[in-house]
Formats: sequence, C-alpha cells, structure tokens
Amino acid sequence: MDLFEYQGKQYFARFDIPVSPGDKADTVDEAVAAAEAAGYPVVVKAQVQVGGRGKAGGIKLADNADEVRLHAGNILGMDIKGHVVHRLWVEHASDIDEEYYASFTLDRAAKKHLLMLSAQGGVEIEAVAESDPDAIVKLHIDPVVGLDAGTARQAAVDAKIPERALDGTADILVKLYRCFTEGDCDLAEINPLILKPTGEVHALDAKVSLDANAAFRHPEWAEYAETEVLDERERLAKTHDLQYIGLDGTVGIIANGAGLAMSTLDVVNQVGGSAANFLDIGGGANADVMAAALEVINFDQNVKSIFINIFGGITRGEEVAKGIVEALGRVDLRAPMVIRLDGTNAEEGRQILADAGIPESKLRSEPTMLAAARSAVALAQN
Amino acid sequence: MSIFVNENTKVIVQGLTGGQGKYHGLRNRDYGTNVVAGVTPGKGGQDVEGIPIFDTVAEAVAATGADASFVAVPPKAAPAAILEAAAAGVGFVVCITEGIPAQDEARVFNTLLSDYPNTRLLGPNCPGIISPGKCNIGITAGEIAMPPSAEGPNVGIVSRSGTLTYQALYELKQKGIGVSTCVGIGGDPVPGTNFIDCLREFEADPDTHAIIMIGEIGGSAEEEAAEFIRGNVSKPMSAYIAGVTAPAGKKMGHAGAIVSGGKGTAQGKMDALADAGVKVGLNPTEAGELMAQIVAGLR
Repeated sequence: MDLFEYQGKQYFARFDIPVSPGDKADTVDEAVAAAEAAGYPVVVKAQVQVGGRGKAGGIKLADNADEVRLHAGNILGMDIKGHVVHRLWVEHASDIDEEYYASFTLDRAAKKHLLMLSAQGGVEIEAVAESDPDAIVKLHIDPVVGLDAGTARQAAVDAKIPERALDGTADILVKLYRCFTEGDCDLAEINPLILKPTGEVHALDAKVSLDANAAFRHPEWAEYAETEVLDERERLAKTHDLQYIGLDGTVGIIANGAGLAMSTLDVVNQVGGSAANFLDIGGGANADVMAAALEVINFDQNVKSIFINIFGGITRGEEVAKGIVEALGRVDLRAPMVIRLDGTNAEEGRQILADAGIPESKLRSEPTMLAAARSAVALAQN
Repeated sequence: MSIFVNENTKVIVQGLTGGQGKYHGLRNRDYGTNVVAGVTPGKGGQDVEGIPIFDTVAEAVAATGADASFVAVPPKAAPAAILEAAAAGVGFVVCITEGIPAQDEARVFNTLLSDYPNTRLLGPNCPGIISPGKCNIGITAGEIAMPPSAEGPNVGIVSRSGTLTYQALYELKQKGIGVSTCVGIGGDPVPGTNFIDCLREFEADPDTHAIIMIGEIGGSAEEEAAEFIRGNVSKPMSAYIAGVTAPAGKKMGHAGAIVSGGKGTAQGKMDALADAGVKVGLNPTEAGELMAQIVAGLR
C-alpha cells in the first residue's frame, strides 16, 4: 500500500524523522489556514501518487495568503497524468544548501535489507544511478543485526556527504531504518534529504510503501485504507478482500493463486482475447469468496464472458462449485461462464455443477486451460 | 531417489488441530506420508485421528524422531513456529502460511542462516513438496502427481507459483511422465529455499533426468537461476514464466528502479533462461510439451 506524501511525512514523524511543519488541505480555505500555521513562505504541493508533479505545475511556492489562494485554487482539481488532485500538502518552505538521497528496501536477491545513500539526491537520482552508479552507496544490513549509528555514519562518509551533515544524516538513517523495520515498510525513501544552511538535515519528501501483510499489528494504518487510490471495481473487490486489478479487456478472469491468475491472462492474450481484470481468489477460498468474486466481475460492464480457472490445492473444487451455484442465485450474471476445474476434489465440484442443472448458455465446462481460454474468448467476441 | 524428502521422512504437523493443518495433514498421511505427530501448545496428550499431539516441537521430536515439519499455522504465529522447529533440530521445515509480513520473513531467514544452518526452510506461502509415491508435505493433491519409473526418464519440478506447480504436475501426468520430486518454493519476497537450491539437488539426484522450472514476474530469482544453469546444470530443462501480459506492478519509488536495473519482466526472464539453454514455453501446456519432447529424446 503506497502512502501519499503527506501520509508518509506523518508516518516519518512517528519515528522522529524531521519533516517541515505543515498540514493537509482539501479546500483553498484549508490551504490558507495551513499556510498561516506553518509560516510563510510555504510550498503548496499536489497530493497524487505519480511522479512529475513539479513539472506539471503541481508544486508552487507562496509568500502570502493571496498566493496560496491562487495556487491552491489552480492545483485542486488539476489532472496530473490521469490522477486528479483532491488534496494538498502545505508546508513551510525550506532553505536548501544540498540535496541527498536515502532509502531502505529489502534486497530480495541478497535476502538482506538494503540502504542506498547518495550525496547527489533530487529529481535526477535515477539518472545518477545510470551514469555514475558509484555515487550511490549500497549497504546490506542483516535484519537480525540491524543498523547502528556508527555504521550509518560510515555509510554517510562513504557516500561523500560533507562533514557538517554527517551526524544529522546518520541520525536520520537510524530513524528511517526503525521506520522501515518496526513500521513494516516495503520502501522508506527520502528524496531529497536536504541540508539546510543552518546545518540541519531534514526530509523534504517522503515515499513510503507499507507491507499489507503486516496490517494486523498496525491499527493506525486503518486511515490509509480510506484514501487508497482504487477504481470502483477495485473498491468493491476490496470490500470482499479479493486480490483484484482492473484492466481494459472483455474476458473476466477468476483464478486461484497469483501465478495461475497471471498465466490465465497470458493464455487469454495468446488466443487473441483480452482480460478485463486480474482476480486471485487466493488459497482456501470458500463458496462465499467465489460468489463475491463473481459479483465483482459482474459489476464490470465491459465483461462479455467469464473464465473461471481453478486448480485446487488448498482450494477445494466442491467449494468453488457451491460458490458458483450460490452466486447464480444471488447475482444476475450478464456474461456466460467458462470453467476449467482440476485438482483437489475437482470431481465432486464438477458433479455439483452438473447436478445444479445450469444451462450450457450460462456455464460451459472445458477440460483444459487452453480450451477454456479459447471458449471464453470466442464468447467474448460474439 | 528424490530430493529433500523420501519414504523415510518422518513428519510432524505444527497446527494439526487447526482447520487447514488437520485437513491437509490427514490428506498427507492418507497419501502415505509418515505423519508421526502434531504440535499445538496446550493440546499435548490429545490426538487427531490417532496422531499424537505434543505441546512443543522438541517433545514431538524426542518422542518420534521426526526430521521434517509441516507448519500450518496463521501468519502471526508462523515465524515463531518455524524457529521453534529449527531450534528442536528439525532439518526440513515446510511452511504453507500465506500473509507473513516481509520483515518477519527476512528476520526468520537470516536467523536460520546464522543460528540454525542445518535447517532448510521451504516457503513460506508455498504449496509444499511431493516426491510422488513416497512423501507429500503440504497442500498438493497427491493424485495429480505421477510417481517416477525405475527406468526413467523422470522429471524434477521447481516452481514459484502454487497453482502452476499443480498445473505442471498435471501436464506431465497427462503425458505419462514420472516426477522424481516437485518443489513449490513459494512466491514471497524471502523464500527459504530458492530455485538454485533445488536445481543443485536435482542435478545431483541420479533419478532426476530433466527439470521443469516455473517462474513469474518480479524480483530477479529467475535471472540468477539462469546464470547458475549455464555453469552448473547439465540436465535438459524446460521453463515457463507467468505474467507476460500481467499489468505492470506499481513501481516502488526510485529504489525499485535502481535495484532491479531492468530485471523482473517476464520477457527478460524468458530471454535469460533461453540464453542458458532452457526450452521456454509461452504457457504451462507448451512447457509440458517441450518437456515431453525432451523426455522422448532421453528414452
């Protein structure tokens, strides 16, 4: 789950990482109030989860209330690469001597935490990574050992961060690492990490991505779920706890397991069709989950056929079949279904479907994944 | 032969008294797996259909001589359960649990590495392992796996995706090809056992004659496996990578771009494997057909 900048900064503040005083604002009046509280000059920043805000005119400096009104009015409602701005972050503008880059992620290959740190931060960090990779210090951290202040300071020295910023940088690194680990982040990134003329080091931006698997020990994350960027289909899927990603095609997809779901998209594509969605009902899905999945697919007006691709392991065939029968009683499905059912209790599942007497025009059973894909694509193109 | 588990493997089930643990643990026993005990704190002395329950893994191991564990407990409890099995000296731990926080997985993996180097973890979030006809630990439906034949050729399977693991077993069975061992390594960020661990074992196993590998988009495990195959695997291989047409995942800030350096796409993985001499199919069925051709050539 990706956080907006203002949420990331609020999350940083929980771990004592210095950020600029500021507040979120949904209206021009709120923006002015936030600016008055933060103290001029302020920066008015569009809150969207997409890069290139500045170039699109979504970040403006304001010296007084009139300028805040002007900029806030322009930015609210602005469309930045398809993301409409509904919220602003207004913070006190900082004087900047230098810009650095710092992040913590998990290096899946090394199976260790990875610190990346550079004295050449700012908008061009990805270009720096390409043209001058040595300018980015990469340090692996054993999750069992953690990161101490001495190691953090040495990383800052290695990154050629100047003497007067070393202590401040090391301090922020240790706090950012705590945020990353105890805060259950997939990513905790500061770009730029700035050095002020006063010698203070400070997070000017915040990019935080949270590990949804850890939500059970973070009740404070509940508020982030309310602002998550989802389309209507995705929001409905979320209320049913389904792994769903909306796409543009006409074949609705329901599969168990992310791998099989991805593979189903591939096969539909290979036989000339296009998927309307990615939907993984997960392991051990019961009849309720199956019925909910069909409701979500049915909600998508583009869907012309539904391809249910189940290979039972922890998911049992008879539960899938019961779910389909139940859904037919609960939802008026617009599109015909094609099912391929194999694995755990597939026989029982097929029997339940056969006994339910569902007409062939509503549900067709196919013996293989490829045959089912062809059938579903043909139905979608009729 | 087989890899990691065989007909002599003695298995305990952590969470045998829970819903999933009971269902799959008993199915594993029905398959012929030596399920010798269950572990549930506070339920020691009870039994589940004749399988004795112990309070701790250490007690279960002492009483039964178990050398493998099947961890089927919820995400909150799974990290501690894995480490408890390792501390009790269990050499092979299979964890099917889905939804363990990545920070916990990283901590468990590195704790095993430093404190319990003799314990191999398979998973988490994996379907488990089956050496057909000998031992099935996890959630794979045993009947879809064809046992190996004495004369061969037999195929080893290693897969990152659960359901595609079943698909691969099924494709081979349809074609009458036996499987030495099928390992589902799981798709989580920090798998205890990776492609390379399995490829090394399959290469050394005299009863495995060819290998199918199934990967998916994200990370760089397939690219690393391709590099390993080039220098270390002499047995013929076919592969399939899921996600050629998958929606692009959310990019994780600049850090993601810097770490991956262009790796992680399905096409990049397929190219890397093809470069290493692996026959790459565009869907699971095609990978199965390519393997059938390989096997026909070996016969």
